[in-house]
Amino acid sequence: MTKQDKPHTFSRRAVLAGTGAFVVSVGAPISLGTVLGMKSAFAQGVKPPLVPEQLSSYIAVGNDGAVSAFFGKMDMGQGLYVSIGQIVAEELDVPFKAVTVFMADTRTSVNQGGASGSTGIQTGGRQMRMAAAEARRVLVEMAAEKLSLPADQLTVTDGVVHAKADASKKASYAELIGGRYFNVQLEWNQQIGNALYAPGKAKPKDVKDYKIVGQPIKRSDIAPRAFATEPFVTDIKVPGMIHARVIRPPVAGATPVSIDEGSLKDIPGARVVREGNFLAVVADKEWDAVKAHDKLRVQWSNAAPPFPSQEALYDHIRKAPVRKAADEKPVGNVAEAFRNAARVIEAEYEWPFQSHACMGPACAVVEIKDGHVTCYTGSQKPHFVRDGLARTLGVPPASVDGIWVVGPGSYGRNDADDCAHDAAVVAKLTGKPVRLQYTREQGTGWDPKGPASIHKARAALDASNKVTAYEFVSKGFSRIDVQTNGSQPQDTLAGHFRGVPLRVNDNFGVPAESYVFDNKRTAWETIAQFLERGSPLRGAHLRDPVGPQIHFASESFMDEVAHAIGADPVEFRLRYLRDPRDHAVIKAAAEKAGWKTRTSPQRQTGNTVSGRGIAYSQRNGTTCAIVAEVDIDRRSGKIWARKFTVAHDCGLIVNPDGLKHTIEGNIIQGISRTLWEEVKFDNKSVTSVDWLTYPILDMTEAPETIDCVYINRPDRAPTGAGEPSIRPVAAAIANAVFDATGVRMRRVPFSPDRVKGALS
Amino acid sequence: MTQKFTLDVNGKTHAVDADPDMPLLYALKNDIGLNNPQFGCGLAQCGACTVHMDGQPVRSCITPMSAVGNAKVVTLSGLGTPEKPHPLQTAYVEEQVTQCGYCINGWIMTAAAFLRDKKNPSEAEIKAALEGLKCRCGTHMNILRAVKRAATMMG
Repeated sequence: MTKQDKPHTFSRRAVLAGTGAFVVSVGAPISLGTVLGMKSAFAQGVKPPLVPEQLSSYIAVGNDGAVSAFFGKMDMGQGLYVSIGQIVAEELDVPFKAVTVFMADTRTSVNQGGASGSTGIQTGGRQMRMAAAEARRVLVEMAAEKLSLPADQLTVTDGVVHAKADASKKASYAELIGGRYFNVQLEWNQQIGNALYAPGKAKPKDVKDYKIVGQPIKRSDIAPRAFATEPFVTDIKVPGMIHARVIRPPVAGATPVSIDEGSLKDIPGARVVREGNFLAVVADKEWDAVKAHDKLRVQWSNAAPPFPSQEALYDHIRKAPVRKAADEKPVGNVAEAFRNAARVIEAEYEWPFQSHACMGPACAVVEIKDGHVTCYTGSQKPHFVRDGLARTLGVPPASVDGIWVVGPGSYGRNDADDCAHDAAVVAKLTGKPVRLQYTREQGTGWDPKGPASIHKARAALDASNKVTAYEFVSKGFSRIDVQTNGSQPQDTLAGHFRGVPLRVNDNFGVPAESYVFDNKRTAWETIAQFLERGSPLRGAHLRDPVGPQIHFASESFMDEVAHAIGADPVEFRLRYLRDPRDHAVIKAAAEKAGWKTRTSPQRQTGNTVSGRGIAYSQRNGTTCAIVAEVDIDRRSGKIWARKFTVAHDCGLIVNPDGLKHTIEGNIIQGISRTLWEEVKFDNKSVTSVDWLTYPILDMTEAPETIDCVYINRPDRAPTGAGEPSIRPVAAAIANAVFDATGVRMRRVPFSPDRVKGALS
Repeated sequence: MTQKFTLDVNGKTHAVDADPDMPLLYALKNDIGLNNPQFGCGLAQCGACTVHMDGQPVRSCITPMSAVGNAKVVTLSGLGTPEKPHPLQTAYVEEQVTQCGYCINGWIMTAAAFLRDKKNPSEAEIKAALEGLKCRCGTHMNILRAVKRAATMMG
């Protein structure tokens, strides 16, 4: 296809007319009609290919003028699709309600990375903005030709292009292109995923002219949930579908030696499916598959128990050989500064393995029919799942559709990608459509884990209490033992158990802040897994990957230094932080919370003591400060994280309503991870396998108040909100506990037993 | 061995052939074909599978078919409809409660029974009534706002 100078539509063979092949319906979720329409349009040669450099891959206008936006990311429940709809409507100058956003379906969208790194608006929205702006430019040029007027004398109101001087000279989007596809080439940067960027020639709208972006428009997908009118991925059924359950070894690393299929003889239709060390059972009825899972007798190999005792975890990390290390942003001569220090403050912090522990265990449905694979998945990266299934099944990616259907939560690289691959393997081996849902035990026990780590911090002070050097080193398991998406079989349990070659992936991270010290070193070190193949403790991305652990340590430590020099924690931060936006969030949070300048801790008596703490961090262009106020029952050790005041700056705010809900979810999940969450294991396997063994925050422990200060910066392109505000929660709580008690909590979670022990 | 059961679900009767020990949840989802409730744990620890049996919230994931008898089973989709919503469903939409929404059956079905029996509850009473239910997305503040709103509507 050649680059088009003149805007025109794709109509090599046919122009769709009337209620033609491409019909969109306003406000409806993706419909079969739409997809079939697309497929037939491809087949008829009336739609350009679904490639990143084609405008039609992002925007289409139906016969009735309704706009479809095809988005290669997806909304994990924070209303992202509303914001994308606002951005598209804004640039196209159509009413918000005229836009329907179709998400995360390889049949309709290109790979924009799925849910990833809080980039839904930051990079996904940027691309949709540029595509919509280009569509508007093209439509105005088409109108100019039709109306025989120069384009610069035209404007657009509610999807109608008209002369600025005479509104009667007009042509609607529907008249100009309705039912036909754009055929306009974009300047693609040759990247897929989060980095995909393919602008056209159009200059997007000036922010000062925004009417739709910035409005608190509500989600329309709450009602289908509240009335149970739409399916979750767990509700997908296809004709002829059988049910599967996978069998995991009781000792991690053990492999099946012999399988007693006779143990299933009383269960109708139940049978074993095996490839290599991958083991599953299937049955026509789901309950029979559940029973088969419970009753199957397997003799497992005598694998050496791979894990140390839970108590030895942090010593293991301390002593383990470093596999990879990275220094980031070294400043000055840290070693010399410590040699010359008048005083050195040191501390070490510990963070456990944590589970995604989604609301339900993952589920996927895979159908292989006539050489074509269809996968319904709750994975937050269905385009990568498509690529991974193609590799696992040995078929071209074009023969696989990855279709996201809302599932039981996500929060990173959870168990959904593994489940899709497992279901695909079973579908291949049985020749039938397969629905697989994990057990609760597998959902919590076998999901990829947020990695455990230790963090060493030290600060050098001179005689005047100036901080002359700061060093912060994290050491822990890699955050990408399995990669952040399911595009490679070696990153899935199905690949591990089927014996595909593995590879080592190391990454961790450093604090994201703007503290300026004359000498500064932040670094990380990673260590090998306990078990490389098929480990229930394999490290992966869990919401704000390694952010909570790093900033729990770094922002607790800043409080420790402030305490050591007798400084107020807010004042100390403002003294050493450089970025004015960081100053702004800290001041805003402190002011809103009624922060009184003083040092910590307070001196309190009585059974219940209260404290306040502040913490802050940046994240990929967003900055956030949190003041936590806690009550502690000294007798039980129980912490009530009672009040949070959050100041949040993510640049231009696209939808304040969505932002509020997103921040609240971050805070609650952050409290949960700080106070309760720790994956327990023995030497054989993970023993956190349900909600009793992996407790999370209960409703009775919810805060009284979460106050937010939204700092809107229309002059700055929007950055992410999905993760930044979970990042400082643990440190804010830890600092508040110190303020209340004078006791410094350096190991998460702050469970009642641990707090009680620390206080005694 | 399977047995024949007649279930009264959302005002309709359904004949289901099932193991007596099969949890009701599987009949609702697979035999009757409802989109709700959901499997969360199979252990009565989270609430995602909650339905009403004769007006009382039960965890359908551990309720065997043999224990259902003639009870009138009501699920979330039977509690109200877009045309005739239950106040909690209205409040959920108004307060924009859910994120992923997988937990919704537990909260609404539990709160519906609570608010039917308890008028003008305090926040502490609401929290206590909802103890033990799980929401992993962390929509607790929203849930509380919605239940309070529904309590006012049901005043």
